[in-house]
Amino acid sequence: MTVLHSAPRWSSNEGVKDALAAALGDMVVCADEEHGEILLTVVRERAEDAMRLLRDAHEYQQLMDIAGVDYPERAERFDVCYCLLSVTKNHRVIVKVSTDEATPVPTVTTLWPNAGWYEREVYDMYGVLFAGNTDLRRILTDYGFQGHPFRKDFPLTGYVELRYSEEDKRVVYEPVQLAQDLRQFDFMSPWEGADYVLPGDEKAAPAPAPVATPKTTEKPADTGAGAKANAEAAKPVADAPVASKADEPAAPKPTDDRPAKTDGDGA
Amino acid sequence: MSLQLEQSPTTGDEVITNYTINFGPQHPAAHGVLRMVMELDGEIIERVDPHVGLLHRGTEKLIEHKTYLQALPYFDRLDYCSPLGMEHSYVLAVEKLLNVEVPLRAQYLRVLFAELTRICNHMLNLGSHVMDVGAMTPNLWLFEIREDCLNFFERASGARMHSAWFRPGGVHQDVPLKLLTDIADWIDERLHPLFDDAMSLVIDNRIFKQRNVDIAVVSKEDALRWGFSGPMIRGSGIPWDLRKSQPYDVYDRMDFAVPVGTNGDCYDRFMVRVEEVRQSARIIKQCIAEMPEGPIMTTDRKVGPPKRGEMKQSMEALIHHFKLYTEGFHVPAGEVYVATESPKGEFGVYLVSDGSNKPYRCKIRPTAFSHLQAMDFMSVGHMLPDVTAIIGAIDVVFGECDR
Repeated sequence: MTVLHSAPRWSSNEGVKDALAAALGDMVVCADEEHGEILLTVVRERAEDAMRLLRDAHEYQQLMDIAGVDYPERAERFDVCYCLLSVTKNHRVIVKVSTDEATPVPTVTTLWPNAGWYEREVYDMYGVLFAGNTDLRRILTDYGFQGHPFRKDFPLTGYVELRYSEEDKRVVYEPVQLAQDLRQFDFMSPWEGADYVLPGDEKAAPAPAPVATPKTTEKPADTGAGAKANAEAAKPVADAPVASKADEPAAPKPTDDRPAKTDGDGA
Repeated sequence: MSLQLEQSPTTGDEVITNYTINFGPQHPAAHGVLRMVMELDGEIIERVDPHVGLLHRGTEKLIEHKTYLQALPYFDRLDYCSPLGMEHSYVLAVEKLLNVEVPLRAQYLRVLFAELTRICNHMLNLGSHVMDVGAMTPNLWLFEIREDCLNFFERASGARMHSAWFRPGGVHQDVPLKLLTDIADWIDERLHPLFDDAMSLVIDNRIFKQRNVDIAVVSKEDALRWGFSGPMIRGSGIPWDLRKSQPYDVYDRMDFAVPVGTNGDCYDRFMVRVEEVRQSARIIKQCIAEMPEGPIMTTDRKVGPPKRGEMKQSMEALIHHFKLYTEGFHVPAGEVYVATESPKGEFGVYLVSDGSNKPYRCKIRPTAFSHLQAMDFMSVGHMLPDVTAIIGAIDVVFGECDR
């Protein structure tokens, strides 16, 4: 694929994926190259060894970021992504490890001291545990916060809200109350991928159940309107006034000179 | 502030244990809502524990619930001192996933305004750093320049600070020629004289040097280990600038120098920023001189909106406009990490797409996270007043640090 975008261009990826995969050996689960990024998924237990090798033998000196990602439908729902940078080779790789709520990932604070806060952030936001991190406190959320807010099953509005209480002279926490329901517009076209019932379409969704004897109203007596209405319906209808055909304007002639419609741009 | 008294078991005398003080969360030199729990031995710092997150707004979670275009204005609100620098990483990340070509004029405009943002950011940082260590006047003078920059942003985008002007595929609107000539005149007639004047008060000042030279010296090895970037890593003597080494947009066509420090102290970081302002002015002048005419938004109508006049004529343009501003564009599945040289350092966006019209995950790599984390190792052994100089030289803004 030709590169059209103008995003940062670092040194060539050519052969790097295979070289790193070969160097890491059985520590690698899979190595990918997508969108110009090299993604190395490594065995969770050996993540620290893999990154030590990348740092010492392959010159990836800097740890720029650790990102958590949540895929709730997977058995190991969390991905932990380490973005490494080599200032000597001018190159970046992303190392990925997957885990679940209970299984800790080995810490990389032994390799990079700045991993501490990044691991604290992933722990705070997703609840991923890091074995060996001596200071795994919450970092971004409030003191005493409960839950892990960036998990996909954590609601956007959260569970508690706080306000300053004039009576208690302090800040109090209360269950969140929305004056208006949180509205989620997805604007996805209903013809491609909308997996919910369209508004106003609720009754149409289930097919109507078939009935044993369908109700028909072939005779006026079948309407169930009562004797009086039946008698009224039995009366002959007055003749409709017949308009004379002469003073009626003629129907417009078909316009032959209009050009045939083509499937152009609608101009 | 607490003072603890403790009985010494050996002598029976009263000994004073370490002071533990709270620096912030409300402190003018903390540059925002930073709380630092500091352990002091007299006035010597023994341990620093920065507590961040007081401005955490859950930006990354909010972005997951917005389309790609709706997510863009959140980036202005991260580092509110350099809003366009934040947008730059995001639009490049989206463009990398889409693999969309950006017209040359839009690339020039982005570089021009990114550099103007750098000047704008450094004016605030240099001024407040100077004020943190005791001088008042330069800050007021530098705010004049900053105000001019904000006026230029307003003329380009309509907003002084939260521009939302960089868009995936280009920029939102073209700029008039008069704005470009005004910026060029402003650099010659106003930026250089005013900036040189303000700096002449500071950089050779004895008090300023006493407060900054040899404070928080960081070696090259430490700068690499702690994930430093931007003026912090250049202050330590590593000529690492993403604009040079990993050029994006038209930075590869620009002729500019990367200043580096020699000593790795707060004074070097300050001086690196001072020189960066002059280099940014050079880049801006080159942009204005070389900028071609042409479109400012990609002609791929599945990404960039059509022109208003086109919509009056063409049904298809109307449909494209409607779809782009309701459903938004779909981004191919995949993941990218795109980092640009924001005024404060490497600002990265790790974007995961599942092929829908909303980001599946958007991790923002703040510059301040690595730098602030190193506060402990940079401050230990220094005096309490040095902390303000160290924070000033880090150039931390909490909108970005806490996200």
